[in-house]
Amino acid sequence: MRTVFNPNQNQAAQVLTETLMDNLTEANTPLLPNALEIKNLNFFYGSYQGLKNINLNIQEQKVTAFIGPSGCGKSTLLRSINRMYDLYPGQRAEGEILFYGENILAPKQDLNLLRSRIGMVFQKPTPFPMSIYENIAFGVRLYEKLSKAAMDERVEWALKKAALWGEAKDKLKQSGLSLSGGQQQRLCIARGVAVKPAVLLLDEPTSALDPISTGKIEELINELKNEYTIAIVTHNMQQAARVSDFTAYMYLGELVEFGKTDEIFIKPKRKETEDYITGRFG
Amino acid sequence: MPDKHLSSQFDSDLNSLCSKLLEMGGMVESQTSTAMRAFVDMDIEICNQVIEREKAVNDFEIQVDSACTEIIARRQPTARDLRLVMAVSKAITNLERAGDEAERVAKRTKRIIESGHNHNINVAEIKLSGQMAISLLRRSLDAFARLDTIAAAEVVREDKQIDEEFRAFVRKLIVYMMEDPSLITTGLDMLTIAKAIERIGDHSKNIAEFVIYIVKGADVRHIPHADLVREVQK
Repeated sequence: MRTVFNPNQNQAAQVLTETLMDNLTEANTPLLPNALEIKNLNFFYGSYQGLKNINLNIQEQKVTAFIGPSGCGKSTLLRSINRMYDLYPGQRAEGEILFYGENILAPKQDLNLLRSRIGMVFQKPTPFPMSIYENIAFGVRLYEKLSKAAMDERVEWALKKAALWGEAKDKLKQSGLSLSGGQQQRLCIARGVAVKPAVLLLDEPTSALDPISTGKIEELINELKNEYTIAIVTHNMQQAARVSDFTAYMYLGELVEFGKTDEIFIKPKRKETEDYITGRFG
Repeated sequence: MPDKHLSSQFDSDLNSLCSKLLEMGGMVESQTSTAMRAFVDMDIEICNQVIEREKAVNDFEIQVDSACTEIIARRQPTARDLRLVMAVSKAITNLERAGDEAERVAKRTKRIIESGHNHNINVAEIKLSGQMAISLLRRSLDAFARLDTIAAAEVVREDKQIDEEFRAFVRKLIVYMMEDPSLITTGLDMLTIAKAIERIGDHSKNIAEFVIYIVKGADVRHIPHADLVREVQK
């Protein structure tokens, strides 16, 4: 049998090898880095254990939703991420929460700095009893010294980010409490983004809002995720399905299932998840 | 974990949807077997019965489709509930088309009878594939009712046999028509009938594939049968 020499054979083999290597590298490297890596997290309210050995990564510039019945630990997990629990004696977290590699549960952690990097918006709108402008400028002044012009610019930027500028630009001196519920919640989001955090934690941000305000907040979440990493706790499963890229289902302090939102809502791996999201949970 | 929804009305809505699908399936199965009887007996009266009842199948499709839309609007189903509603919505489209094919068999049979041409075409393959199509349709609906993925996989596999019968008949028909061109008109009607039966087999196969989708969450359309079996065994 005669072997025919093909001058292109080596070149073709090299191209094939390079392609395979590229594919392998791509498969092994996540598209975006993890903003947060939660490792073996346990949380205690005194002697009661609220979270049990949670392991979870939250990807940068993605929306991660936490769902589960009341008392399952989803808000506790969110409160651990910016150490909100530190305000209450008797509550403690064990394990690690790595924020871009740095363990935020370490005792030496500067909490004010941490909370400027990881902002939080609560279930009920909580505007400060001051003007709309001051609601936003107040937090910024804690971390930055800006000129009047630069502060004006920052306030406008934050209100635009929160899709509130159009409605609020002519009444910046009015009290934040004069706004509607939906506007107040967007003001809180503006306040959160004004200090330019890396992560936004949203704890049931629309549970007290009407469908139109809810729609606006969801639209906002969709836009904000281009620049921020977002973690949202919600009781509204359709909301989790609409806004999130990843969903975590929690039950009795444990993480039952975590995966891409499409997979969780169409074909969850665990029966417990399926029973909960289909309304079979009793 | 309970297997029922917290809302018993939701359970009732889903059960009613499945019952309607099976009822429609029974109607199409009856249409298919009646059309085959009309063909075998060359009975114009039975042909007319099939043609008249076709409208009822179409009405059924609209009714079940509307029930699917209502469940999606009111309940926003997820996971296996979502898969079930989507599968029912697609399965009724297949059933309605299978009903159209049964009507086609009846119409073409009627045309052959009315033309009065005598022919000596051997239609053994059509009769056999007709029986196979009725059996596949019944078994795909049984698999749906029981959410039996193994039975569904068998339906998918056996559909290929109808395809083979169809090809065998086409080869034979070509020879008949080449030998005697006067048979071409009747031959083309026979071809349409054979094709309609083959399509009923395809629709049954599609319904069987939806059963696997509901239970396993895997889309097994357009994949080799070995891969389909692997999905079923997972």
